[in-house]
Amino acid sequence: MKEIKISSESLTLYYGNKLALSNITLNIFKNKVTALIGPSGCGKSTFLRTLNRMNDLIPNVKITGNVFIDGINIYDNQIDVVNLRKKIGMVFQKSNPFAKSIYENVAYGPKINGIRDKKKLDEIVENALKQSAIWDEVKDRLNDSALGLSGGQQQRLCIARALAVNPEIILMDEPASALDPISTAKIEELIFQLKDSYTIVIVTHNMQQAARVSDYTAFFYLGELIEYGKTKKIFTNPDKKQTEDYITGRFG
Amino acid sequence: MDKRKLIDTTVISITGLMALSIIVIILIIMIVIIIGGKNYLTWEFLTSSPQEGMTKGGIFPALYGTVLLVIIMSIAAVPFGTITAIYLSEYANPKSRIAKTIRFAVRTLSGVPAIIFGLFGLGFFIKFIGAGLDNSLYSGELKWGQPNILWASLTMSLLTLPVVIVSVEEAIRTVPIDMREASLALGATKWQTIRKVVIPGSLTGIMTGTILAVSRGAGEIAPILFTGAAYYLAHLPTSLSDQFMNLGYHIYIMSTQSANVDETLPIQFATTLILLVLTFSLNLLAILLRSRIRNKSVK
Repeated sequence: MKEIKISSESLTLYYGNKLALSNITLNIFKNKVTALIGPSGCGKSTFLRTLNRMNDLIPNVKITGNVFIDGINIYDNQIDVVNLRKKIGMVFQKSNPFAKSIYENVAYGPKINGIRDKKKLDEIVENALKQSAIWDEVKDRLNDSALGLSGGQQQRLCIARALAVNPEIILMDEPASALDPISTAKIEELIFQLKDSYTIVIVTHNMQQAARVSDYTAFFYLGELIEYGKTKKIFTNPDKKQTEDYITGRFG
Repeated sequence: MDKRKLIDTTVISITGLMALSIIVIILIIMIVIIIGGKNYLTWEFLTSSPQEGMTKGGIFPALYGTVLLVIIMSIAAVPFGTITAIYLSEYANPKSRIAKTIRFAVRTLSGVPAIIFGLFGLGFFIKFIGAGLDNSLYSGELKWGQPNILWASLTMSLLTLPVVIVSVEEAIRTVPIDMREASLALGATKWQTIRKVVIPGSLTGIMTGTILAVSRGAGEIAPILFTGAAYYLAHLPTSLSDQFMNLGYHIYIMSTQSANVDETLPIQFATTLILLVLTFSLNLLAILLRSRIRNKSVK
Protein backbone atom coordinates (compact mmCIF):
# COMPACT_ATOMS: atom_id res chain seq x y z
CA MET A 1 0.00 0.00 0.00
CA LYS A 2 1.30 3.45 -0.84
CA GLU A 3 1.47 5.79 2.10
CA ILE A 4 1.55 9.57 1.61
CA LYS A 5 4.56 11.18 3.29
CA ILE A 6 4.47 14.71 1.93
CA SER A 7 1.61 16.52 0.33
CA SER A 8 1.49 20.06 -0.97
CA GLU A 9 -1.83 21.81 -1.36
CA SER A 10 -2.26 24.77 -3.72
CA LEU A 11 1.29 25.87 -2.99
CA THR A 12 2.09 29.22 -4.57
CA LEU A 13 5.36 31.09 -4.17
CA TYR A 14 6.52 34.53 -5.24
CA TYR A 15 10.04 35.93 -5.28
CA GLY A 16 9.13 39.58 -4.90
CA ASN A 17 6.66 40.05 -7.75
CA LYS A 18 7.83 37.08 -9.75
CA LEU A 19 5.64 34.02 -9.62
CA ALA A 20 7.89 30.99 -9.12
CA LEU A 21 5.38 28.29 -8.16
CA SER A 22 1.77 28.34 -9.15
CA ASN A 23 -0.82 26.32 -7.28
CA ILE A 24 1.16 23.10 -6.85
CA THR A 25 -0.79 20.17 -5.47
CA LEU A 26 1.17 16.96 -5.23
CA ASN A 27 1.42 13.85 -3.03
CA ILE A 28 4.81 12.28 -2.41
CA PHE A 29 4.84 8.67 -1.24
CA LYS A 30 6.75 7.12 1.61
CA ASN A 31 9.90 5.12 0.81
CA LYS A 32 9.73 6.00 -2.85
CA VAL A 33 12.00 8.10 -5.00
CA THR A 34 10.23 11.04 -6.56
CA ALA A 35 12.03 12.92 -9.33
CA LEU A 36 11.28 16.57 -10.14
CA ILE A 37 12.18 17.37 -13.71
CA GLY A 38 11.80 20.34 -16.03
CA PRO A 39 13.85 23.02 -17.78
CA SER A 40 15.91 25.57 -15.82
CA GLY A 41 13.79 28.09 -13.96
CA CYS A 42 10.71 25.88 -13.97
CA GLY A 43 10.43 25.92 -10.18
CA LYS A 44 11.54 22.38 -9.38
CA SER A 45 14.37 23.46 -7.05
CA THR A 46 12.15 26.09 -5.50
CA PHE A 47 9.53 23.43 -4.81
CA LEU A 48 12.15 21.16 -3.25
CA ARG A 49 13.27 23.97 -0.96
CA THR A 50 9.74 24.64 0.24
CA LEU A 51 9.68 21.12 1.69
CA ASN A 52 12.21 21.97 4.44
CA ARG A 53 11.44 25.68 4.41
CA MET A 54 14.87 26.67 3.10
CA ASN A 55 13.15 29.44 1.13
CA ASP A 56 12.56 31.13 4.47
CA LEU A 57 16.17 32.31 4.26
CA ILE A 58 15.59 34.31 1.10
CA PRO A 59 14.20 37.80 1.62
CA ASN A 60 10.94 38.82 -0.11
CA VAL A 61 9.59 35.32 -0.55
CA LYS A 62 5.80 35.08 -0.28
CA ILE A 63 4.22 31.66 0.14
CA THR A 64 0.56 30.67 0.18
CA GLY A 65 -0.95 27.21 0.36
CA ASN A 66 0.17 24.37 2.60
CA VAL A 67 2.65 21.55 2.80
CA PHE A 68 1.83 18.59 5.03
CA ILE A 69 4.44 16.16 6.24
CA ASP A 70 2.94 13.15 8.05
CA GLY A 71 -0.27 15.14 8.10
CA ILE A 72 1.24 18.12 9.90
CA ASN A 73 1.19 21.50 8.18
CA ILE A 74 4.80 22.70 8.13
CA TYR A 75 3.73 26.24 7.28
CA ASP A 76 1.72 26.47 10.48
CA ASN A 77 2.92 29.27 12.79
CA GLN A 78 3.43 26.76 15.61
CA ILE A 79 5.99 24.76 13.67
CA ASP A 80 9.60 24.92 14.88
CA VAL A 81 11.58 25.13 11.64
CA VAL A 82 14.76 23.90 13.31
CA ASN A 83 13.05 20.71 14.45
CA LEU A 84 11.42 20.29 11.08
CA ARG A 85 14.79 20.40 9.33
CA LYS A 86 16.14 17.70 11.61
CA LYS A 87 13.60 15.33 10.09
CA ILE A 88 14.63 16.23 6.56
CA GLY A 89 18.11 15.74 5.16
CA MET A 90 19.23 17.85 2.22
CA VAL A 91 21.94 17.29 -0.36
CA PHE A 92 22.88 20.27 -2.49
CA GLN A 93 23.88 20.67 -6.11
CA LYS A 94 27.42 21.72 -5.29
CA SER A 95 28.98 19.47 -2.68
CA ASN A 96 29.46 21.67 0.35
CA PRO A 97 31.38 19.88 3.10
CA PHE A 98 32.47 22.07 5.99
CA ALA A 99 36.14 22.99 6.22
CA LYS A 100 36.47 20.39 8.96
CA SER A 101 37.66 16.79 9.14
CA ILE A 102 35.66 14.00 7.52
CA TYR A 103 34.63 12.81 10.96
CA GLU A 104 33.56 16.27 12.14
CA ASN A 105 31.48 16.80 9.01
CA VAL A 106 29.37 13.73 9.70
CA ALA A 107 29.31 14.31 13.46
CA TYR A 108 28.14 17.92 12.98
CA GLY A 109 24.42 17.15 12.94
CA PRO A 110 24.41 14.72 15.89
CA LYS A 111 26.58 17.14 17.88
CA ILE A 112 24.26 20.11 17.41
CA ASN A 113 21.47 17.80 18.53
CA GLY A 114 23.30 17.38 21.79
CA ILE A 115 24.95 13.98 21.38
CA ARG A 116 28.24 14.18 23.28
CA ASP A 117 29.07 10.55 23.96
CA LYS A 118 32.16 9.75 21.90
CA LYS A 119 31.27 6.09 21.44
CA LYS A 120 27.77 6.94 20.26
CA LEU A 121 29.16 9.53 17.84
CA ASP A 122 31.72 7.07 16.46
CA GLU A 123 28.93 4.62 15.84
CA ILE A 124 26.70 7.19 14.10
CA VAL A 125 29.56 8.40 11.92
CA GLU A 126 30.54 4.88 10.90
CA ASN A 127 26.97 3.89 10.08
CA ALA A 128 26.30 7.03 8.07
CA LEU A 129 29.51 6.62 6.10
CA LYS A 130 28.74 2.95 5.45
CA GLN A 131 25.19 3.78 4.33
CA SER A 132 26.53 6.29 1.86
CA ALA A 133 29.06 3.81 0.50
CA ILE A 134 32.13 5.84 1.32
CA TRP A 135 33.31 4.15 4.53
CA ASP A 136 35.92 1.94 2.86
CA GLU A 137 37.45 4.93 1.10
CA VAL A 138 37.78 7.14 4.17
CA LYS A 139 37.92 4.87 7.22
CA ASP A 140 41.69 5.28 7.57
CA ARG A 141 41.66 9.05 7.31
CA LEU A 142 38.64 10.22 9.23
CA ASN A 143 40.61 13.07 10.73
CA ASP A 144 41.81 14.44 7.39
CA SER A 145 40.13 17.51 5.95
CA ALA A 146 36.99 16.79 3.96
CA LEU A 147 38.17 19.32 1.38
CA GLY A 148 40.87 16.86 0.29
CA LEU A 149 38.30 14.41 -1.06
CA SER A 150 37.34 14.20 -4.72
CA GLY A 151 34.10 15.81 -5.89
CA GLY A 152 32.21 12.52 -5.93
CA GLN A 153 33.51 11.54 -2.50
CA GLN A 154 32.58 14.96 -1.14
CA GLN A 155 29.03 14.53 -2.39
CA ARG A 156 28.72 11.10 -0.77
CA LEU A 157 30.15 12.60 2.41
CA CYS A 158 27.42 15.25 2.25
CA ILE A 159 24.86 12.44 1.96
CA ALA A 160 26.44 10.76 4.99
CA ARG A 161 26.26 14.06 6.84
CA ALA A 162 22.55 14.31 6.05
CA LEU A 163 21.92 10.68 7.09
CA ALA A 164 23.70 11.16 10.42
CA VAL A 165 20.80 13.15 11.86
CA ASN A 166 18.54 10.19 11.13
CA PRO A 167 16.06 11.97 8.86
CA GLU A 168 12.92 10.47 7.38
CA ILE A 169 13.07 12.41 4.14
CA ILE A 170 16.06 13.22 1.95
CA LEU A 171 15.89 16.12 -0.48
CA MET A 172 18.45 16.12 -3.26
CA ASP A 173 18.99 19.14 -5.46
CA GLU A 174 20.74 17.89 -8.61
CA PRO A 175 23.17 15.90 -6.50
CA ALA A 176 25.15 14.53 -9.43
CA SER A 177 25.11 17.43 -11.86
CA ALA A 178 28.71 18.39 -11.13
CA LEU A 179 30.07 14.84 -11.07
CA ASP A 180 31.75 12.54 -13.58
CA PRO A 181 29.83 9.48 -14.88
CA ILE A 182 31.44 7.02 -12.46
CA SER A 183 30.68 9.16 -9.41
CA THR A 184 27.19 9.73 -10.77
CA ALA A 185 26.63 5.98 -11.06
CA LYS A 186 27.73 5.58 -7.44
CA ILE A 187 25.29 8.22 -6.27
CA GLU A 188 22.45 6.63 -8.24
CA GLU A 189 23.21 3.22 -6.80
CA LEU A 190 23.19 4.82 -3.38
CA ILE A 191 19.77 6.39 -3.96
CA PHE A 192 18.50 2.97 -4.91
CA GLN A 193 19.70 1.48 -1.63
CA LEU A 194 18.48 4.36 0.50
CA LYS A 195 14.88 4.31 -0.63
CA ASP A 196 14.08 1.30 1.54
CA SER A 197 14.55 3.45 4.62
CA TYR A 198 13.93 6.99 3.39
CA THR A 199 11.53 9.00 1.31
CA ILE A 200 13.64 10.66 -1.37
CA VAL A 201 12.83 13.67 -3.50
CA ILE A 202 15.38 14.43 -6.17
CA VAL A 203 15.64 17.34 -8.58
CA THR A 204 17.46 16.44 -11.74
CA HIS A 205 18.26 17.87 -15.15
CA ASN A 206 19.21 14.49 -16.41
CA MET A 207 16.25 12.66 -17.90
CA GLN A 208 17.93 9.26 -17.97
CA GLN A 209 18.76 9.70 -14.33
CA ALA A 210 15.16 10.42 -13.45
CA ALA A 211 14.09 7.37 -15.45
CA ARG A 212 16.71 5.17 -13.78
CA VAL A 213 16.35 6.09 -10.13
CA SER A 214 12.82 7.28 -9.55
CA ASP A 215 9.48 5.61 -8.93
CA TYR A 216 7.46 8.77 -9.54
CA THR A 217 8.19 11.77 -11.70
CA ALA A 218 6.78 15.28 -11.60
CA PHE A 219 7.27 17.51 -14.61
CA PHE A 220 7.38 21.24 -13.90
CA TYR A 221 7.20 23.97 -16.47
CA LEU A 222 7.13 27.74 -15.86
CA GLY A 223 6.20 27.28 -12.21
CA GLU A 224 3.38 24.89 -12.88
CA LEU A 225 3.09 21.18 -12.29
CA ILE A 226 2.28 19.89 -15.75
CA GLU A 227 2.14 16.18 -15.10
CA TYR A 228 2.80 13.81 -12.22
CA GLY A 229 2.68 10.05 -12.14
CA LYS A 230 4.60 6.81 -12.14
CA THR A 231 7.97 7.29 -13.78
CA LYS A 232 7.35 4.42 -16.19
CA LYS A 233 4.15 6.04 -17.38
CA ILE A 234 5.61 9.56 -17.66
CA PHE A 235 8.52 8.31 -19.74
CA THR A 236 6.64 5.91 -21.98
CA ASN A 237 3.15 7.24 -22.32
CA PRO A 238 2.71 10.75 -20.92
CA ASP A 239 -0.73 12.31 -20.99
CA LYS A 240 0.38 15.80 -21.90
CA LYS A 241 2.03 16.88 -25.10
CA GLN A 242 4.39 19.27 -23.23
CA THR A 243 5.71 16.39 -21.14
CA GLU A 244 6.33 14.29 -24.18
CA ASP A 245 8.09 17.15 -25.95
CA TYR A 246 10.35 17.72 -22.96
CA ILE A 247 11.36 14.14 -22.31
CA THR A 248 11.99 13.45 -25.96
CA GLY A 249 14.26 16.49 -26.03
CA ARG A 250 12.22 18.69 -28.32
CA PHE A 251 12.65 21.63 -25.92
CA GLY A 252 14.20 22.46 -22.58
CA MET B 1 60.08 66.75 -32.59
CA ASP B 2 56.36 66.73 -33.10
CA LYS B 3 54.70 68.92 -30.50
CA ARG B 4 52.07 66.39 -29.53
CA LYS B 5 54.69 63.73 -28.99
CA LEU B 6 56.67 66.15 -26.84
CA ILE B 7 53.65 66.76 -24.63
CA ASP B 8 53.07 63.05 -24.36
CA THR B 9 56.64 62.36 -23.31
CA THR B 10 56.55 65.21 -20.82
CA VAL B 11 53.35 63.94 -19.21
CA ILE B 12 54.75 60.43 -18.92
CA SER B 13 57.93 61.76 -17.33
CA ILE B 14 56.13 63.99 -14.84
CA THR B 15 53.63 61.39 -13.70
CA GLY B 16 56.36 58.75 -13.54
CA LEU B 17 58.66 60.99 -11.53
CA MET B 18 55.91 61.87 -9.08
CA ALA B 19 55.10 58.22 -8.57
CA LEU B 20 58.76 57.39 -8.20
CA SER B 21 59.25 60.10 -5.61
CA ILE B 22 56.99 58.12 -3.24
CA ILE B 23 59.55 55.33 -3.23
CA VAL B 24 62.38 57.83 -2.85
CA ILE B 25 60.69 59.46 0.13
CA ILE B 26 60.15 56.18 1.94
CA LEU B 27 63.73 55.13 1.14
CA ILE B 28 65.14 58.39 2.50
CA ILE B 29 63.12 58.04 5.68
CA MET B 30 64.26 54.47 6.18
CA ILE B 31 67.91 55.17 5.37
CA VAL B 32 68.14 58.20 7.64
CA ILE B 33 66.54 56.30 10.50
CA ILE B 34 68.65 53.20 10.01
CA ILE B 35 71.93 55.14 9.74
CA GLY B 36 71.05 57.32 12.70
CA GLY B 37 69.93 54.52 14.97
CA LYS B 38 71.84 51.42 14.00
CA ASN B 39 74.81 51.99 16.30
CA TYR B 40 72.55 52.28 19.25
CA LEU B 41 70.57 49.14 18.60
CA THR B 42 71.73 46.52 21.03
CA TRP B 43 70.03 43.92 23.13
CA GLU B 44 70.75 46.08 26.11
CA PHE B 45 68.97 49.01 24.49
CA LEU B 46 65.81 46.95 24.30
CA THR B 47 66.05 45.60 27.81
CA SER B 48 67.17 48.52 29.98
CA SER B 49 65.59 51.72 31.26
CA PRO B 50 66.36 55.27 30.17
CA GLN B 51 69.17 56.81 32.19
CA GLU B 52 70.68 60.24 32.86
CA GLY B 53 67.77 62.31 31.63
CA MET B 54 67.14 59.95 28.71
CA THR B 55 70.53 60.61 27.17
CA LYS B 56 71.66 57.08 27.96
CA GLY B 57 70.13 53.66 28.57
CA GLY B 58 67.37 51.88 26.74
CA ILE B 59 63.68 51.89 26.07
CA PHE B 60 62.41 48.80 27.86
CA PRO B 61 59.65 50.53 29.87
CA ALA B 62 58.29 52.19 26.71
CA LEU B 63 58.38 48.91 24.80
CA TYR B 64 56.71 47.11 27.69
CA GLY B 65 54.06 49.80 28.03
CA THR B 66 53.29 49.74 24.31
CA VAL B 67 52.88 45.96 24.28
CA LEU B 68 50.67 46.06 27.36
CA LEU B 69 48.59 48.86 25.82
CA VAL B 70 47.90 46.96 22.62
CA ILE B 71 47.10 43.74 24.49
CA ILE B 72 44.49 45.39 26.72
CA MET B 73 43.21 47.34 23.74
CA SER B 74 42.77 44.13 21.73
CA ILE B 75 40.99 42.39 24.58
CA ALA B 76 38.43 45.20 24.41
CA ALA B 77 38.29 45.95 20.69
CA VAL B 78 38.39 42.47 19.12
CA PRO B 79 35.32 40.91 20.81
CA PHE B 80 33.40 44.18 20.59
CA GLY B 81 34.25 44.61 16.91
CA THR B 82 33.66 40.96 16.04
CA ILE B 83 30.25 40.93 17.68
CA THR B 84 29.28 44.13 15.87
CA ALA B 85 30.44 42.67 12.56
CA ILE B 86 28.41 39.51 13.20
CA TYR B 87 25.31 41.56 13.91
CA LEU B 88 25.81 43.65 10.78
CA SER B 89 26.46 40.78 8.40
CA GLU B 90 24.29 38.02 9.87
CA TYR B 91 21.35 39.54 11.67
CA ALA B 92 20.69 43.08 10.48
CA ASN B 93 18.71 43.51 7.31
CA PRO B 94 21.23 45.41 5.15
CA LYS B 95 18.53 47.81 3.98
CA SER B 96 17.16 48.56 7.43
CA ARG B 97 17.65 51.98 8.96
CA ILE B 98 19.46 50.59 11.99
CA ALA B 99 22.07 48.76 9.86
CA LYS B 100 22.64 51.85 7.74
CA THR B 101 23.01 53.99 10.84
CA ILE B 102 25.54 51.61 12.37
CA ARG B 103 27.56 51.51 9.18
CA PHE B 104 27.51 55.28 8.98
CA ALA B 105 28.67 55.47 12.59
CA VAL B 106 31.53 53.05 11.92
CA ARG B 107 32.68 55.09 8.91
CA THR B 108 32.43 58.32 10.88
CA LEU B 109 34.34 56.81 13.78
CA SER B 110 37.20 55.90 11.47
CA GLY B 111 37.35 59.50 10.24
CA VAL B 112 37.46 61.17 13.65
CA PRO B 113 40.90 62.72 14.36
CA ALA B 114 42.88 60.77 16.94
CA ILE B 115 43.23 63.70 19.31
CA ILE B 116 39.43 63.86 19.62
CA PHE B 117 39.48 60.28 20.88
CA GLY B 118 42.05 61.39 23.45
CA LEU B 119 39.81 64.20 24.64
CA PHE B 120 36.81 61.89 24.67
CA GLY B 121 38.74 59.36 26.75
CA LEU B 122 39.68 62.07 29.21
CA GLY B 123 36.14 63.31 29.49
CA PHE B 124 34.30 59.98 29.42
CA PHE B 125 36.57 57.35 30.98
CA ILE B 126 38.53 59.48 33.44
CA LYS B 127 36.24 62.32 34.43
CA PHE B 128 32.94 60.47 34.14
CA ILE B 129 33.44 56.74 34.75
CA GLY B 130 36.71 56.94 36.72
CA ALA B 131 35.63 59.78 38.96
CA GLY B 132 32.24 58.14 39.35
CA LEU B 133 33.90 54.92 40.52
CA ASP B 134 36.08 56.83 42.96
CA ASN B 135 33.12 58.66 44.41
CA SER B 136 30.98 55.59 44.83
CA LEU B 137 33.57 52.95 45.78
CA TYR B 138 36.54 54.81 47.28
CA SER B 139 34.68 57.67 48.96
CA GLY B 140 36.27 60.24 46.71
CA GLU B 141 39.87 59.06 47.03
CA LEU B 142 41.69 59.39 43.72
CA LYS B 143 42.19 55.94 42.21
CA TRP B 144 40.45 55.54 38.85
CA GLY B 145 39.69 59.20 38.18
CA GLN B 146 43.15 59.84 36.75
CA PRO B 147 45.06 58.74 33.66
CA ASN B 148 46.04 55.06 33.64
CA ILE B 149 46.73 52.20 31.25
CA LEU B 150 43.16 50.88 31.36
CA TRP B 151 41.60 54.16 30.25
CA ALA B 152 44.30 54.67 27.63
CA SER B 153 43.74 51.16 26.24
CA LEU B 154 39.97 51.60 26.13
CA THR B 155 40.35 54.96 24.40
CA MET B 156 42.69 53.36 21.89
CA SER B 157 40.23 50.51 21.35
CA LEU B 158 37.59 53.03 20.22
CA LEU B 159 40.01 54.30 17.61
CA THR B 160 40.81 50.82 16.31
CA LEU B 161 37.25 49.47 16.48
CA PRO B 162 36.35 50.38 12.86
CA VAL B 163 39.42 48.52 11.61
CA VAL B 164 38.30 45.36 13.41
CA ILE B 165 34.68 45.66 12.28
CA VAL B 166 35.55 46.14 8.62
CA SER B 167 38.07 43.26 8.47
CA VAL B 168 35.82 40.82 10.28
CA GLU B 169 32.83 41.70 8.12
CA GLU B 170 34.89 41.22 5.00
CA ALA B 171 35.98 37.79 6.22
CA ILE B 172 32.44 36.76 7.20
CA ARG B 173 31.25 37.56 3.70
CA THR B 174 33.74 35.06 2.24
CA VAL B 175 32.03 32.18 4.08
CA PRO B 176 29.88 30.76 1.27
CA ILE B 177 26.10 30.64 1.55
CA ASP B 178 26.31 26.88 0.77
CA MET B 179 28.00 26.27 4.11
CA ARG B 180 25.34 28.14 6.03
CA GLU B 181 22.58 26.30 4.17
CA ALA B 182 24.23 22.94 4.83
CA SER B 183 24.31 23.72 8.52
CA LEU B 184 20.75 25.04 8.68
CA ALA B 185 19.43 22.09 6.68
CA LEU B 186 20.91 19.79 9.32
CA GLY B 187 18.67 21.44 11.87
CA ALA B 188 21.21 23.86 13.30
CA THR B 189 19.89 27.11 14.67
CA LYS B 190 21.19 30.36 13.29
CA TRP B 191 23.43 30.88 16.30
CA GLN B 192 24.82 27.33 16.07
CA THR B 193 25.58 28.01 12.41
CA ILE B 194 27.36 31.24 13.23
CA ARG B 195 29.33 29.69 16.06
CA LYS B 196 30.35 26.48 14.33
CA VAL B 197 30.59 27.45 10.68
CA VAL B 198 30.74 31.21 10.17
CA ILE B 199 33.17 32.19 12.92
CA PRO B 200 35.64 29.33 12.30
CA GLY B 201 35.50 30.27 8.61
CA SER B 202 36.36 33.88 9.37
CA LEU B 203 39.13 33.27 11.90
CA THR B 204 41.83 34.55 9.56
CA GLY B 205 39.80 37.73 9.09
CA ILE B 206 39.42 38.18 12.81
CA MET B 207 43.19 37.74 13.13
CA THR B 208 43.84 40.22 10.34
CA GLY B 209 41.59 42.75 12.02
CA THR B 210 43.35 42.23 15.31
CA ILE B 211 46.79 42.68 13.80
CA LEU B 212 45.80 45.81 11.88
CA ALA B 213 44.24 47.23 15.02
CA VAL B 214 47.35 46.41 17.03
CA SER B 215 49.62 48.00 14.44
CA ARG B 216 47.47 51.12 14.36
CA GLY B 217 47.30 51.25 18.13
CA ALA B 218 51.04 50.76 18.53
CA GLY B 219 51.78 53.83 16.46
CA GLU B 220 49.21 56.35 17.67
CA ILE B 221 49.98 58.78 20.48
CA ALA B 222 47.15 61.29 20.48
CA PRO B 223 44.54 59.05 22.19
CA ILE B 224 46.85 58.25 25.09
CA LEU B 225 48.29 61.73 25.65
CA PHE B 226 45.71 62.67 28.27
CA THR B 227 44.55 59.22 29.24
CA GLY B 228 47.53 57.35 30.62
CA ALA B 229 50.92 57.79 28.92
CA ALA B 230 53.65 59.00 31.25
CA TYR B 231 56.71 61.12 30.60
CA TYR B 232 58.96 58.93 32.68
CA LEU B 233 58.32 56.20 35.22
CA ALA B 234 60.82 54.56 37.52
CA HIS B 235 58.67 51.45 37.78
CA LEU B 236 56.83 49.32 35.27
CA PRO B 237 53.03 49.40 35.52
CA THR B 238 51.75 46.55 37.69
CA SER B 239 48.06 47.38 37.88
CA LEU B 240 45.39 48.66 35.52
CA SER B 241 45.33 51.90 37.47
CA ASP B 242 49.03 52.60 36.81
CA GLN B 243 50.36 54.92 34.17
CA PHE B 244 52.75 53.61 31.52
CA MET B 245 55.42 54.65 29.05
CA ASN B 246 54.93 54.30 25.31
CA LEU B 247 57.29 54.15 22.31
CA GLY B 248 55.65 56.88 20.24
CA TYR B 249 55.20 59.16 23.20
CA HIS B 250 58.77 58.48 24.27
CA ILE B 251 60.05 59.71 20.89
CA TYR B 252 57.96 62.86 21.25
CA ILE B 253 59.24 63.47 24.77
CA MET B 254 62.87 62.91 23.84
CA SER B 255 62.69 65.25 20.88
CA THR B 256 60.88 68.08 22.64
CA GLN B 257 61.16 67.81 26.42
CA SER B 258 64.57 66.29 27.04
CA ALA B 259 67.22 68.36 28.85
CA ASN B 260 69.62 67.80 26.01
CA VAL B 261 67.84 67.06 22.76
CA ASP B 262 71.02 66.66 20.70
CA GLU B 263 72.37 63.98 22.97
CA THR B 264 69.18 61.96 22.77
CA LEU B 265 69.24 62.00 18.97
CA PRO B 266 70.68 58.50 18.39
CA ILE B 267 68.22 57.10 20.94
CA GLN B 268 65.40 58.80 19.09
CA PHE B 269 66.51 57.25 15.83
CA ALA B 270 66.84 53.81 17.38
CA THR B 271 63.44 54.08 19.10
CA THR B 272 61.83 55.20 15.85
CA LEU B 273 63.42 52.26 14.07
CA ILE B 274 61.98 49.85 16.64
CA LEU B 275 58.52 51.39 16.32
CA LEU B 276 58.66 51.23 12.52
CA VAL B 277 59.87 47.64 12.46
CA LEU B 278 57.06 46.75 14.87
CA THR B 279 54.26 48.33 12.84
CA PHE B 280 55.69 47.31 9.45
CA SER B 281 55.99 43.68 10.38
CA LEU B 282 52.47 43.68 11.82
CA ASN B 283 51.12 45.22 8.62
CA LEU B 284 53.02 42.72 6.51
CA LEU B 285 51.52 39.88 8.51
CA ALA B 286 48.05 41.35 8.01
CA ILE B 287 48.61 41.68 4.25
CA LEU B 288 49.72 38.04 4.03
CA LEU B 289 46.68 36.83 5.98
CA ARG B 290 44.38 38.96 3.90
CA SER B 291 45.69 37.61 0.61
CA ARG B 292 45.09 34.13 1.99
CA ILE B 293 41.44 35.02 2.65
CA ARG B 294 41.06 36.50 -0.83
CA ASN B 295 42.47 33.37 -2.46
CA LYS B 296 40.13 31.23 -0.44
CA SER B 297 37.07 33.23 -1.47
CA VAL B 298 38.02 33.05 -5.16
CA LYS B 299 38.24 29.27 -4.95
